[in-house]
Amino acid sequence: MYCEECKVRPATVHLTQIINGQTMQTHLCEQCAAKKGASMFNLNIEPGFSIPNLLGTLFGNVYNMQEVSTPAVLSTTCPNCGMSFERIRQTGKLGCSECYSAFARELEPTLRRVHGNSQHIGKIPKRGGGKVMLKKKIEELKSRLQKAVAREEYEKAAEIRDEIKRLEKEME
Amino acid sequence: MSIHDLLNQNFVAWMDAEKGPASDIVISSRVRLARNLRLVPFPHLLDEKRGNQVVEEIRKAWKKSGYHELLAMDLVTFNELPLLDRKILMEKHLISPEHSEASASFKGIMVNKDGSLAFMINEEDHLRLQCFLPGLQLMECYNRLQGVDDELEKYLDYAFDEKRGYLTSCPTNVGTGMRASVMLHLPALAISGQLNRIFQNVNQLGMTVRGLYGENTDAVGNFYQLSNQITLGQTEEDIINNLTGITEQIVEQERLTRERLLKEMPYQIEDRIGRAYGILTNARVMTSNEAMLHLSDVRLGVDLGIIKGLKPFALNELIVALRPAHLQKKAGKEMEPFERDVKRAEVIKEKLARYQK
Repeated sequence: MYCEECKVRPATVHLTQIINGQTMQTHLCEQCAAKKGASMFNLNIEPGFSIPNLLGTLFGNVYNMQEVSTPAVLSTTCPNCGMSFERIRQTGKLGCSECYSAFARELEPTLRRVHGNSQHIGKIPKRGGGKVMLKKKIEELKSRLQKAVAREEYEKAAEIRDEIKRLEKEME
Repeated sequence: MSIHDLLNQNFVAWMDAEKGPASDIVISSRVRLARNLRLVPFPHLLDEKRGNQVVEEIRKAWKKSGYHELLAMDLVTFNELPLLDRKILMEKHLISPEHSEASASFKGIMVNKDGSLAFMINEEDHLRLQCFLPGLQLMECYNRLQGVDDELEKYLDYAFDEKRGYLTSCPTNVGTGMRASVMLHLPALAISGQLNRIFQNVNQLGMTVRGLYGENTDAVGNFYQLSNQITLGQTEEDIINNLTGITEQIVEQERLTRERLLKEMPYQIEDRIGRAYGILTNARVMTSNEAMLHLSDVRLGVDLGIIKGLKPFALNELIVALRPAHLQKKAGKEMEPFERDVKRAEVIKEKLARYQK
Protein backbone atom coordinates (compact mmCIF):
# COMPACT_ATOMS: atom_id res chain seq x y z
CA MET A 1 0.00 0.00 0.00
CA TYR A 2 1.33 3.42 -0.95
CA CYS A 3 1.13 6.56 1.12
CA GLU A 4 -2.10 8.46 0.42
CA GLU A 5 -0.30 11.75 0.66
CA CYS A 6 2.81 11.44 -1.54
CA LYS A 7 1.72 8.24 -3.36
CA VAL A 8 5.41 7.34 -3.69
CA ARG A 9 6.62 5.74 -0.46
CA PRO A 10 4.99 2.71 1.13
CA ALA A 11 2.46 3.50 3.87
CA THR A 12 3.81 2.50 7.28
CA VAL A 13 1.73 4.69 9.56
CA HIS A 14 -1.95 3.81 9.81
CA LEU A 15 -4.18 6.38 11.41
CA THR A 16 -7.65 5.60 12.68
CA GLN A 17 -9.61 8.66 13.67
CA ILE A 18 -13.09 8.65 15.07
CA ILE A 19 -14.79 11.97 14.50
CA ASN A 20 -18.46 12.35 15.51
CA GLY A 21 -18.81 8.57 15.53
CA GLN A 22 -17.44 8.25 11.97
CA THR A 23 -14.33 6.12 11.60
CA MET A 24 -11.72 7.48 9.19
CA GLN A 25 -8.67 5.53 8.10
CA THR A 26 -5.58 7.25 6.76
CA HIS A 27 -2.48 5.45 5.51
CA LEU A 28 0.73 7.44 5.34
CA CYS A 29 4.47 7.04 5.06
CA GLU A 30 6.56 8.14 8.01
CA GLN A 31 7.66 11.41 6.39
CA CYS A 32 4.16 12.51 5.44
CA ALA A 33 2.80 11.43 8.82
CA ALA A 34 5.40 13.61 10.49
CA LYS A 35 4.47 16.49 8.18
CA LYS A 36 0.84 16.10 9.07
CA GLY A 37 1.89 16.57 12.64
CA ALA A 38 0.14 13.39 13.69
CA SER A 39 1.00 13.50 17.33
CA MET A 40 1.96 10.32 19.07
CA PHE A 41 -0.90 10.75 21.46
CA ASN A 42 -3.80 10.74 19.04
CA LEU A 43 -2.34 8.07 16.80
CA ASN A 44 -4.26 4.84 17.02
CA ILE A 45 -1.26 2.59 16.88
CA GLU A 46 -1.57 -0.69 15.04
CA PRO A 47 -0.19 -3.78 16.76
CA GLY A 48 3.37 -4.37 15.73
CA PHE A 49 4.17 -0.69 15.77
CA SER A 50 7.51 -0.82 17.53
CA ILE A 51 8.97 1.54 20.11
CA PRO A 52 11.74 2.79 17.78
CA ASN A 53 9.05 3.68 15.25
CA LEU A 54 7.15 5.52 17.91
CA LEU A 55 10.21 7.46 18.87
CA GLY A 56 10.91 8.05 15.22
CA THR A 57 7.50 9.66 14.89
CA LEU A 58 8.26 11.67 17.96
CA PHE A 59 11.47 13.01 16.48
CA GLY A 60 9.71 13.61 13.19
CA ASN A 61 7.09 15.82 14.76
CA VAL A 62 9.69 17.66 16.65
CA TYR A 63 11.67 18.83 13.77
CA ASN A 64 8.56 19.82 11.89
CA MET A 65 7.43 21.86 14.82
CA GLN A 66 10.66 23.74 14.59
CA GLU A 67 10.13 24.37 10.88
CA VAL A 68 13.76 23.80 10.07
CA SER A 69 14.34 22.96 6.44
CA THR A 70 14.61 19.21 5.97
CA PRO A 71 17.84 18.90 3.95
CA ALA A 72 19.86 21.05 6.33
CA VAL A 73 19.00 19.01 9.40
CA LEU A 74 19.20 15.65 7.73
CA SER A 75 22.64 16.29 6.29
CA THR A 76 24.11 17.20 9.68
CA THR A 77 26.04 14.35 11.24
CA CYS A 78 27.63 13.86 14.63
CA PRO A 79 31.35 14.74 14.37
CA ASN A 80 32.28 11.87 16.69
CA CYS A 81 30.30 8.87 15.41
CA GLY A 82 28.92 10.07 12.07
CA MET A 83 25.30 9.41 13.04
CA SER A 84 22.77 11.49 11.10
CA PHE A 85 19.61 12.89 12.62
CA GLU A 86 17.66 11.01 9.95
CA ARG A 87 18.96 7.71 11.34
CA ILE A 88 18.23 8.73 14.90
CA ARG A 89 14.71 9.45 13.75
CA GLN A 90 14.42 6.01 12.21
CA THR A 91 15.96 3.98 15.02
CA GLY A 92 15.01 6.05 18.05
CA LYS A 93 18.58 5.67 19.28
CA LEU A 94 21.49 8.07 19.40
CA GLY A 95 24.95 7.10 18.22
CA CYS A 96 27.22 8.24 21.04
CA SER A 97 27.54 10.70 23.92
CA GLU A 98 28.43 13.52 21.50
CA CYS A 99 25.16 13.17 19.56
CA TYR A 100 23.54 14.95 22.49
CA SER A 101 25.46 18.14 21.74
CA ALA A 102 25.52 17.70 17.94
CA PHE A 103 21.73 17.50 17.87
CA ALA A 104 21.01 19.54 21.00
CA ARG A 105 18.48 21.76 19.26
CA GLU A 106 16.63 18.88 17.58
CA LEU A 107 16.54 16.87 20.81
CA GLU A 108 15.32 19.60 23.12
CA PRO A 109 11.60 19.36 22.22
CA THR A 110 11.75 15.55 22.18
CA LEU A 111 13.16 15.47 25.70
CA ARG A 112 10.53 17.91 26.84
CA ARG A 113 7.82 15.77 25.36
CA VAL A 114 9.14 12.52 26.86
CA HIS A 115 10.16 13.81 30.28
CA GLY A 116 8.28 17.10 30.56
CA ASN A 117 11.68 18.56 31.27
CA SER A 118 15.09 18.97 29.71
CA GLN A 119 17.43 19.82 32.61
CA HIS A 120 19.09 17.12 34.72
CA ILE A 121 18.90 17.72 38.47
CA GLY A 122 19.91 14.29 39.76
CA LYS A 123 23.20 12.69 40.64
CA ILE A 124 26.47 14.18 39.36
CA PRO A 125 29.48 11.87 39.04
CA LYS A 126 32.21 12.95 41.44
CA ARG A 127 35.02 12.85 38.90
CA GLY A 128 33.28 14.36 35.87
CA GLY A 129 31.04 16.30 38.22
CA GLY A 130 33.91 17.89 40.12
CA LYS A 131 34.99 19.43 36.85
CA VAL A 132 31.47 20.60 36.15
CA MET A 133 31.41 22.36 39.49
CA LEU A 134 34.86 23.89 38.93
CA LYS A 135 33.81 25.08 35.51
CA LYS A 136 30.78 26.79 36.99
CA LYS A 137 32.95 28.48 39.63
CA ILE A 138 35.47 29.68 37.03
CA GLU A 139 32.71 31.14 34.86
CA GLU A 140 31.34 32.99 37.84
CA LEU A 141 34.79 34.35 38.76
CA LYS A 142 35.38 35.48 35.19
CA SER A 143 32.25 37.60 35.21
CA ARG A 144 33.30 39.05 38.58
CA LEU A 145 36.72 39.81 37.10
CA GLN A 146 35.16 41.78 34.24
CA LYS A 147 33.05 43.77 36.66
CA ALA A 148 36.08 44.51 38.85
CA VAL A 149 38.06 45.70 35.82
CA ALA A 150 35.14 47.84 34.68
CA ARG A 151 35.06 49.48 38.11
CA GLU A 152 38.85 49.89 37.97
CA GLU A 153 39.32 47.84 41.14
CA TYR A 154 42.62 46.43 39.94
CA GLU A 155 43.79 44.97 43.23
CA LYS A 156 40.62 42.95 43.55
CA ALA A 157 40.83 41.96 39.88
CA ALA A 158 44.33 40.59 40.39
CA GLU A 159 43.08 38.50 43.30
CA ILE A 160 40.27 37.07 41.22
CA ARG A 161 42.65 36.41 38.32
CA ASP A 162 44.95 34.41 40.60
CA GLU A 163 42.00 32.41 41.89
CA ILE A 164 40.91 31.62 38.32
CA LYS A 165 44.45 30.50 37.46
CA ARG A 166 44.53 28.24 40.50
CA LEU A 167 41.17 26.64 39.65
CA GLU A 168 42.14 26.17 36.00
CA LYS A 169 45.23 24.31 37.11
CA GLU A 170 43.05 22.12 39.31
CA MET A 171 40.86 21.30 36.31
CA GLU A 172 43.74 19.74 34.39
CA MET B 1 32.71 -19.59 39.95
CA SER B 2 29.62 -17.99 41.36
CA ILE B 3 27.71 -17.73 38.09
CA HIS B 4 27.51 -21.52 37.86
CA ASP B 5 25.96 -21.77 41.30
CA LEU B 6 23.41 -19.27 40.12
CA LEU B 7 22.70 -21.19 36.91
CA ASN B 8 22.31 -24.55 38.62
CA GLN B 9 19.79 -23.54 41.23
CA ASN B 10 16.39 -21.90 41.08
CA PHE B 11 17.14 -19.47 43.87
CA VAL B 12 17.89 -15.77 43.40
CA ALA B 13 17.94 -13.11 46.10
CA TRP B 14 14.61 -11.49 45.13
CA MET B 15 12.71 -14.73 45.86
CA ASP B 16 13.53 -14.58 49.54
CA ALA B 17 10.08 -13.30 50.50
CA GLU B 18 10.65 -13.40 54.24
CA LYS B 19 13.29 -10.71 53.93
CA GLY B 20 11.13 -8.27 52.00
CA PRO B 21 8.51 -5.83 53.32
CA ALA B 22 5.01 -6.21 51.82
CA SER B 23 6.25 -9.28 49.96
CA ASP B 24 2.77 -10.83 49.85
CA ILE B 25 1.96 -8.32 47.11
CA VAL B 26 5.26 -6.80 46.05
CA ILE B 27 7.27 -9.76 44.76
CA SER B 28 10.46 -7.85 44.08
CA SER B 29 12.08 -4.44 43.64
CA ARG B 30 14.61 -3.56 40.99
CA VAL B 31 16.66 -0.44 40.28
CA ARG B 32 18.65 -0.10 37.08
CA LEU B 33 21.21 2.58 36.23
CA ALA B 34 22.28 3.10 32.60
CA ARG B 35 25.89 4.22 32.17
CA ASN B 36 27.95 4.80 29.03
CA LEU B 37 31.53 5.58 28.18
CA ARG B 38 32.29 9.01 26.80
CA LEU B 39 32.92 9.19 23.02
CA VAL B 40 32.55 5.44 22.48
CA PRO B 41 29.66 4.64 20.10
CA PHE B 42 26.64 3.11 21.84
CA PRO B 43 26.33 -0.72 21.65
CA HIS B 44 23.99 -0.78 18.63
CA LEU B 45 26.81 0.78 16.57
CA LEU B 46 29.64 -1.36 17.95
CA ASP B 47 31.43 -4.01 15.95
CA GLU B 48 33.16 -6.90 17.69
CA LYS B 49 36.53 -5.15 17.98
CA ARG B 50 35.29 -1.92 19.53
CA GLY B 51 32.74 -3.82 21.56
CA ASN B 52 35.50 -5.92 23.08
CA GLN B 53 37.40 -2.76 24.00
CA VAL B 54 34.38 -1.68 26.03
CA VAL B 55 34.34 -5.05 27.80
CA GLU B 56 38.06 -4.72 28.52
CA GLU B 57 37.62 -1.23 29.98
CA ILE B 58 34.89 -2.50 32.25
CA ARG B 59 36.99 -5.53 33.18
CA LYS B 60 39.96 -3.28 34.02
CA ALA B 61 37.83 -1.03 36.22
CA TRP B 62 36.44 -4.10 37.97
CA LYS B 63 39.91 -5.57 38.57
CA LYS B 64 41.36 -2.29 39.81
CA SER B 65 38.63 -1.74 42.34
CA GLY B 66 38.84 -3.43 45.70
CA TYR B 67 35.21 -2.66 46.52
CA HIS B 68 33.62 -5.61 48.31
CA GLU B 69 30.46 -5.78 46.18
CA LEU B 70 32.54 -5.84 43.00
CA LEU B 71 34.99 -8.41 44.38
CA ALA B 72 32.06 -10.77 44.89
CA MET B 73 31.04 -10.63 41.23
CA ASP B 74 31.85 -12.65 38.12
CA LEU B 75 32.26 -11.24 34.63
CA VAL B 76 31.18 -13.57 31.83
CA THR B 77 30.90 -12.77 28.13
CA PHE B 78 28.17 -14.42 26.10
CA ASN B 79 30.46 -16.32 23.74
CA GLU B 80 31.34 -18.37 26.85
CA LEU B 81 27.75 -18.90 27.91
CA PRO B 82 25.36 -21.21 26.00
CA LEU B 83 21.93 -19.95 24.98
CA LEU B 84 20.20 -22.12 27.57
CA ASP B 85 22.19 -20.49 30.39
CA ARG B 86 21.48 -17.04 29.04
CA LYS B 87 17.76 -17.91 28.99
CA ILE B 88 18.09 -19.05 32.62
CA LEU B 89 19.43 -15.59 33.51
CA MET B 90 16.53 -14.04 31.61
CA GLU B 91 13.93 -16.19 33.36
CA LYS B 92 15.41 -15.14 36.69
CA HIS B 93 14.85 -11.56 35.45
CA LEU B 94 18.59 -10.77 35.68
CA ILE B 95 18.93 -9.86 31.99
CA SER B 96 16.47 -8.66 29.37
CA PRO B 97 15.00 -11.02 26.76
CA GLU B 98 16.86 -9.14 23.98
CA HIS B 99 20.18 -9.43 25.81
CA SER B 100 19.73 -13.17 26.27
CA GLU B 101 19.49 -13.62 22.48
CA ALA B 102 22.98 -12.21 21.89
CA SER B 103 25.91 -14.61 21.67
CA ALA B 104 28.54 -11.98 20.79
CA SER B 105 31.85 -11.88 22.66
CA PHE B 106 31.28 -8.21 23.53
CA LYS B 107 27.93 -8.82 25.22
CA GLY B 108 27.95 -10.11 28.75
CA ILE B 109 27.02 -9.94 32.38
CA MET B 110 28.59 -9.22 35.73
CA VAL B 111 26.72 -10.96 38.50
CA ASN B 112 27.12 -11.91 42.15
CA LYS B 113 26.36 -15.21 43.82
CA ASP B 114 22.79 -14.58 44.93
CA GLY B 115 21.86 -12.53 41.86
CA SER B 116 21.11 -9.41 43.91
CA LEU B 117 23.49 -7.51 41.63
CA ALA B 118 23.53 -8.12 37.88
CA PHE B 119 25.13 -5.73 35.38
CA MET B 120 24.40 -6.08 31.69
CA ILE B 121 27.36 -5.26 29.46
CA ASN B 122 26.70 -3.78 26.00
CA GLU B 123 22.97 -4.29 26.10
CA GLU B 124 21.28 -1.06 24.99
CA ASP B 125 23.88 0.91 26.94
CA HIS B 126 27.51 0.06 27.66
CA LEU B 127 26.70 -0.76 31.25
CA ARG B 128 23.40 -1.27 33.00
CA LEU B 129 23.83 -1.73 36.73
CA GLN B 130 20.94 -3.54 38.35
CA CYS B 131 20.04 -4.47 41.90
CA PHE B 132 17.19 -6.86 42.79
CA LEU B 133 15.74 -7.37 46.27
CA PRO B 134 12.61 -9.11 47.60
CA GLY B 135 9.53 -7.08 48.56
CA LEU B 136 9.31 -3.31 48.50
CA GLN B 137 12.92 -2.15 48.92
CA LEU B 138 13.56 0.36 46.16
CA MET B 139 15.67 2.71 48.26
CA GLU B 140 17.78 -0.20 49.50
CA CYS B 141 18.36 -1.24 45.88
CA TYR B 142 19.36 2.27 44.93
CA ASN B 143 21.75 2.65 47.87
CA ARG B 144 23.54 -0.56 47.00
CA LEU B 145 23.94 0.56 43.41
CA GLN B 146 25.19 3.96 44.53
CA GLY B 147 28.18 2.32 46.19
CA VAL B 148 29.04 0.33 43.08
CA ASP B 149 28.42 3.26 40.75
CA ASP B 150 30.65 5.63 42.75
CA GLU B 151 33.39 3.02 42.72
CA LEU B 152 33.21 2.23 38.98
CA GLU B 153 33.15 5.91 38.17
CA LYS B 154 36.67 6.25 39.59
CA TYR B 155 37.98 4.08 36.78
CA LEU B 156 35.48 4.60 33.94
CA ASP B 157 35.02 7.82 32.00
CA TYR B 158 31.23 8.06 32.15
CA ALA B 159 29.37 10.04 29.49
CA PHE B 160 27.82 12.83 31.53
CA ASP B 161 26.56 16.26 30.60
CA GLU B 162 25.72 19.07 32.98
CA LYS B 163 22.40 19.75 31.30
CA ARG B 164 21.33 16.28 30.17
CA GLY B 165 22.83 14.19 32.96
CA TYR B 166 23.95 10.62 32.22
CA LEU B 167 23.86 10.20 28.45
CA THR B 168 22.12 7.07 27.19
CA SER B 169 21.59 5.42 23.86
CA CYS B 170 17.84 6.03 24.02
CA PRO B 171 16.63 9.52 24.98
CA THR B 172 13.92 7.96 27.14
CA ASN B 173 16.58 7.04 29.71
CA VAL B 174 18.74 10.17 29.71
CA GLY B 175 19.24 12.18 32.91
CA THR B 176 19.40 9.91 35.90
CA GLY B 177 19.61 6.89 33.59
CA MET B 178 17.55 5.26 36.28
CA ARG B 179 14.63 2.90 35.93
CA ALA B 180 13.12 1.67 39.17
CA SER B 181 10.46 -1.01 39.13
CA VAL B 182 8.39 -3.25 41.34
CA MET B 183 6.82 -6.59 40.46
CA LEU B 184 3.29 -6.69 41.81
CA HIS B 185 0.80 -9.53 42.25
CA LEU B 186 -2.67 -8.01 42.05
CA PRO B 187 -5.29 -10.78 41.81
CA ALA B 188 -8.02 -9.09 43.88
CA LEU B 189 -7.83 -5.83 41.93
CA ALA B 190 -7.97 -7.88 38.72
CA ILE B 191 -10.97 -9.95 39.87
CA SER B 192 -12.85 -6.83 40.92
CA GLY B 193 -12.07 -5.06 37.63
CA GLN B 194 -10.28 -2.10 39.18
CA LEU B 195 -6.93 -2.44 37.42
CA ASN B 196 -7.63 -0.27 34.38
CA ARG B 197 -8.66 2.66 36.52
CA ILE B 198 -5.58 2.34 38.70
CA PHE B 199 -3.22 1.97 35.78
CA GLN B 200 -4.68 5.06 34.12
CA ASN B 201 -4.02 7.08 37.26
CA VAL B 202 -0.54 5.65 37.50
CA ASN B 203 0.21 6.70 33.91
CA GLN B 204 -0.76 10.25 34.70
CA LEU B 205 1.83 10.26 37.47
CA GLY B 206 4.65 9.47 35.04
CA MET B 207 4.73 5.75 35.79
CA THR B 208 4.15 2.87 33.42
CA VAL B 209 2.82 -0.69 33.78
CA ARG B 210 4.24 -3.66 31.93
CA GLY B 211 4.10 -7.44 31.89
CA LEU B 212 6.18 -9.94 33.77
CA TYR B 213 9.30 -9.71 31.63
CA GLY B 214 9.27 -5.98 30.94
CA GLU B 215 8.80 -4.17 27.66
CA ASN B 216 6.42 -5.80 25.17
CA THR B 217 5.54 -8.75 27.39
CA ASP B 218 2.14 -9.88 28.63
CA ALA B 219 0.92 -9.76 32.17
CA VAL B 220 0.40 -13.43 33.00
CA GLY B 221 -0.99 -14.62 36.30
CA ASN B 222 -1.87 -11.10 37.48
CA PHE B 223 1.79 -10.12 37.77
CA TYR B 224 2.53 -6.54 36.76
CA GLN B 225 5.70 -4.50 36.59
CA LEU B 226 5.32 -0.87 37.62
CA SER B 227 8.16 1.51 36.76
CA ASN B 228 9.03 5.18 36.38
CA GLN B 229 8.82 6.62 32.88
CA ILE B 230 10.52 9.95 33.48
CA THR B 231 14.29 9.98 33.97
CA LEU B 232 15.14 13.64 33.32
CA GLY B 233 14.37 16.59 35.58
CA GLN B 234 13.79 14.59 38.76
CA THR B 235 16.30 13.41 41.32
CA GLU B 236 16.88 9.72 41.91
CA GLU B 237 15.49 10.03 45.43
CA ASP B 238 12.31 11.73 44.19
CA ILE B 239 11.73 9.03 41.59
CA ILE B 240 12.23 6.27 44.17
CA ASN B 241 10.05 7.97 46.78
CA ASN B 242 7.27 8.57 44.24
CA LEU B 243 7.29 5.00 43.05
CA THR B 244 7.44 3.68 46.61
CA GLY B 245 4.50 5.89 47.59
CA ILE B 246 2.38 4.81 44.64
CA THR B 247 3.26 1.17 45.28
CA GLU B 248 2.21 1.48 48.92
CA GLN B 249 -1.14 2.88 47.82
CA ILE B 250 -1.70 0.05 45.35
CA VAL B 251 -0.74 -2.49 48.04
CA GLU B 252 -3.29 -0.92 50.37
CA GLN B 253 -6.00 -1.09 47.67
CA GLU B 254 -5.17 -4.72 46.92
CA ARG B 255 -5.31 -5.64 50.63
CA LEU B 256 -8.67 -3.90 51.13
CA THR B 257 -10.11 -5.56 48.05
CA ARG B 258 -8.89 -8.97 49.23
CA GLU B 259 -10.63 -8.49 52.55
CA ARG B 260 -13.80 -7.40 50.82
CA LEU B 261 -13.76 -10.36 48.44
CA LEU B 262 -13.28 -12.76 51.31
CA LYS B 263 -16.14 -11.19 53.24
CA GLU B 264 -18.60 -10.70 50.39
CA MET B 265 -18.02 -13.83 48.34
CA PRO B 266 -16.18 -16.37 50.48
CA TYR B 267 -17.56 -19.43 48.66
CA GLN B 268 -16.57 -18.21 45.21
CA ILE B 269 -13.08 -17.25 46.35
CA GLU B 270 -12.42 -20.47 48.23
CA ASP B 271 -13.82 -22.44 45.33
CA ARG B 272 -11.57 -20.70 42.85
CA ILE B 273 -8.48 -21.21 44.99
CA GLY B 274 -9.30 -24.83 45.76
CA ARG B 275 -9.85 -25.62 42.09
CA ALA B 276 -6.55 -24.01 41.12
CA TYR B 277 -4.73 -26.03 43.76
CA GLY B 278 -6.50 -29.18 42.64
CA ILE B 279 -5.51 -28.69 39.02
CA LEU B 280 -1.89 -27.90 39.86
CA THR B 281 -1.51 -30.97 42.06
CA ASN B 282 -3.26 -33.36 39.67
CA ALA B 283 -2.60 -32.23 36.13
CA ARG B 284 -0.29 -34.28 33.89
CA VAL B 285 0.17 -31.69 31.13
CA MET B 286 0.53 -28.00 31.92
CA THR B 287 1.37 -25.02 29.69
CA SER B 288 3.27 -22.17 31.20
CA ASN B 289 0.37 -19.71 30.87
CA GLU B 290 -2.10 -22.07 32.51
CA ALA B 291 0.33 -22.72 35.33
CA MET B 292 0.81 -19.01 35.99
CA LEU B 293 -2.95 -18.50 36.06
CA HIS B 294 -3.47 -21.18 38.72
CA LEU B 295 -0.36 -20.22 40.64
CA SER B 296 -1.77 -16.73 40.97
CA ASP B 297 -4.89 -18.18 42.62
CA VAL B 298 -2.87 -20.50 44.86
CA ARG B 299 -0.72 -17.59 45.89
CA LEU B 300 -3.82 -15.62 46.80
CA GLY B 301 -4.98 -18.65 48.78
CA VAL B 302 -1.73 -18.70 50.74
CA ASP B 303 -1.91 -14.95 51.43
CA LEU B 304 -5.53 -15.26 52.63
CA GLY B 305 -4.72 -18.23 54.85
CA ILE B 306 -7.00 -20.54 52.86
CA ILE B 307 -4.07 -22.74 51.82
CA LYS B 308 -1.78 -23.46 54.76
CA GLY B 309 1.77 -24.66 55.00
CA LEU B 310 2.96 -23.35 51.65
CA LYS B 311 5.70 -20.75 51.84
CA PRO B 312 5.70 -17.60 49.69
CA PHE B 313 9.32 -18.40 48.85
CA ALA B 314 8.26 -21.69 47.25
CA LEU B 315 5.77 -19.82 45.09
CA ASN B 316 8.37 -17.29 43.96
CA GLU B 317 10.68 -20.15 43.13
CA LEU B 318 7.95 -21.84 41.10
CA ILE B 319 7.36 -18.77 38.92
CA VAL B 320 10.90 -19.26 37.67
CA ALA B 321 11.25 -23.04 37.92
CA LEU B 322 8.37 -23.66 35.52
CA ARG B 323 9.85 -21.58 32.68
CA PRO B 324 11.20 -23.43 29.63
CA ALA B 325 14.95 -22.92 30.20
CA HIS B 326 14.78 -23.91 33.86
CA LEU B 327 12.81 -27.04 33.01
CA GLN B 328 15.36 -28.02 30.38
CA LYS B 329 18.32 -27.30 32.64
CA LYS B 330 16.76 -29.50 35.31
CA ALA B 331 16.06 -32.28 32.81
CA GLY B 332 19.57 -31.90 31.40
CA LYS B 333 18.35 -31.90 27.82
CA GLU B 334 16.49 -29.94 25.20
CA MET B 335 12.77 -30.58 25.15
CA GLU B 336 9.89 -30.08 22.74
CA PRO B 337 7.03 -27.88 24.00
CA PHE B 338 4.85 -30.92 24.77
CA GLU B 339 7.62 -32.65 26.72
CA ARG B 340 8.08 -29.43 28.68
CA ASP B 341 4.38 -29.28 29.48
CA VAL B 342 4.61 -32.78 30.93
CA LYS B 343 7.78 -31.96 32.85
CA ARG B 344 6.22 -28.74 34.11
CA ALA B 345 3.23 -30.59 35.56
CA GLU B 346 5.68 -32.91 37.32
CA VAL B 347 7.82 -30.11 38.75
CA ILE B 348 4.80 -28.21 40.07
CA LYS B 349 3.29 -31.30 41.66
CA GLU B 350 6.59 -32.18 43.30
CA LYS B 351 7.15 -28.68 44.67
CA LEU B 352 3.64 -28.23 45.99
CA ALA B 353 3.78 -31.64 47.65
CA ARG B 354 7.16 -30.96 49.21
CA TYR B 355 6.06 -27.76 50.88
CA GLN B 356 2.60 -28.99 51.85
CA LYS B 357 3.34 -30.22 55.32
